Amino acid sequence: MRWRPWLWLAPALILLAVFLVWPVIRTIWISFHSGSIINPTREFVGLENYQELFTNDPAFIKYDLPPWSALFNSALWVGLFTLGVIAFGLLVGVLADKVKYEKTAKAIVFLPLVVSFTAASVVFRLVYSTDPNIGLINAMLGLIGFGPVAFLGEPNLVNFAIIGAGIWVWTALSMTILAASYKALPEETHEAAAVDGASEWQVFWRVSLPQMKGPIIVVAVTMIINALKAVDLVLIMTTGGPGFSSRIVGFTVYWEIFNNNAAGYGSAVAVVLLVMMAPLMWWQMRQIRAAEAR
Amino acid sequence: MTTVATSPPVTAGGPRKGGRVKRWVVPGVLIAVTITWLVPTLGLFITSFKSRAASSQYGWWQVWQGGWTLDNYNEVLFSPSLPPPGFADNFINTIIITIPATILPIAIAAVAAYAFAWLDFPFRNWIFLGVIALLVVPLQVTWVPVLKIFNTLNLTGTFPGIWLAHTGYGLAFAIFLLRNFMADIPNDLIESARIDGAGNVKIFTRIVLPLSLPAIAALAIFQFVWVWNDLMNALIFLQTPDKFPLTVGIRNLLGQYGNEWNLLSAGAFLSMIVPLIVFFALQRYFVRGLTSGAVKG
Repeated sequence: MRWRPWLWLAPALILLAVFLVWPVIRTIWISFHSGSIINPTREFVGLENYQELFTNDPAFIKYDLPPWSALFNSALWVGLFTLGVIAFGLLVGVLADKVKYEKTAKAIVFLPLVVSFTAASVVFRLVYSTDPNIGLINAMLGLIGFGPVAFLGEPNLVNFAIIGAGIWVWTALSMTILAASYKALPEETHEAAAVDGASEWQVFWRVSLPQMKGPIIVVAVTMIINALKAVDLVLIMTTGGPGFSSRIVGFTVYWEIFNNNAAGYGSAVAVVLLVMMAPLMWWQMRQIRAAEAR
Repeated sequence: MTTVATSPPVTAGGPRKGGRVKRWVVPGVLIAVTITWLVPTLGLFITSFKSRAASSQYGWWQVWQGGWTLDNYNEVLFSPSLPPPGFADNFINTIIITIPATILPIAIAAVAAYAFAWLDFPFRNWIFLGVIALLVVPLQVTWVPVLKIFNTLNLTGTFPGIWLAHTGYGLAFAIFLLRNFMADIPNDLIESARIDGAGNVKIFTRIVLPLSLPAIAALAIFQFVWVWNDLMNALIFLQTPDKFPLTVGIRNLLGQYGNEWNLLSAGAFLSMIVPLIVFFALQRYFVRGLTSGAVKG
């Protein structure tokens, strides 16, 4: 009967092996080759793809200014997107706790998370449109005599514009988790601090926020993972343009493999992505093991 | 977690100031942010009811200018001038893709989660840790080899192919969530059933599965919305236009009608309706599912 448990596990483990474990190993092998989607291992080229990627591909890493290239933009996403999502999640999660229309406010901010990135991209192409009869932002800028500004056509703006859409989508998750953690804080802490005469702002900043450190880090790690993996928003809003100025690493994998039919080169980008994820993977496993031990 | 005692001391700021300011600052900021979050979707919604002429002549915020119409929905769904297969077919494809791709991974994960939670076998914890590691693997790293397998097995461009892909990709999270939930079922319940002579199949179907329903419900909602909204897997593994779901349909609309915002917004809104209904109907499960994961981790 020793083999019985494996019967329960077999379907899941086989699927995980076929769709995740083996492909990861295989992709690492493919990344040392030059080839197409149909024949990914046509020619063994050793480390050439990686060498090309880091020394000779300004769309991946650009060594002069302006720096807009996949690796730099991904770093920008990791920083700005994560920060934005946490800031707005905290803002709505905490402030909504103090008003009567808490549920309505939260439902509205939650909405974008159930919508596809594709639809969200359409929504923001509408918002950012240069036509002042279509794009709300340019209509408002027009009122004060500005613009129109090509948010998605200007290399120096496009990354910020797409990150804005990303924040709009993901704040929901951060708000939900942080609001729950805020509500779970012991009531006495706030009261004790308030009695001391501290302003609400001080109580939040010095008492509540430090106690929410754990959940904030959980959200941060989740958002860094999302930022690195992201493809859809960039693909639908700009296809990495203008030029290659809004490419990010997750998008570049798709573009190299399926648009340029460079399976080996794209796989090298995928391996770089995997390496960037490794510390997060390690952190998450440690985190979950610690929770198990409790 | 920082305790009260170890948190930095709060400096006394004298009498509480700014009572009047505070009274409108909180609602003011909150309402501003909420409106900012609502306006983009609202713009899409209103634009989808404007004629082509009205949408190019007036901004959607001039709500009453140019009248209202349902023509865009009619045109997007049924117009023969759109690239085949047309949006109505995209809608049906999305349903065909989503339902099995929601049920399959949950069924397979539930069985595996039971083994991880209640059966004894060598390397149990290590294998579970391996499953957790797979949670973070970016799907980009799997595309080429999986596509190669699909081509060999003639699964590329078929519905069973995309069902399998969503099952494989959704399993790790499903096993993780269900195993944690099942492991919390009281040991006494399982043990007394064992003493009564119940086998694993009986314990699983009669005790563990019914008790896990809340977790299964939350998971089903996530997986449903996730698959419904998926673009990348459809692009990569379906490839045949007549099987494309709504997300790919929207992308094609953008290619063909990039500036006809009345049609684009009707298409985008059509793709949002079902997830929105699911969300508003099952909001409670949704939120509970999200927070339970975080509170545990």
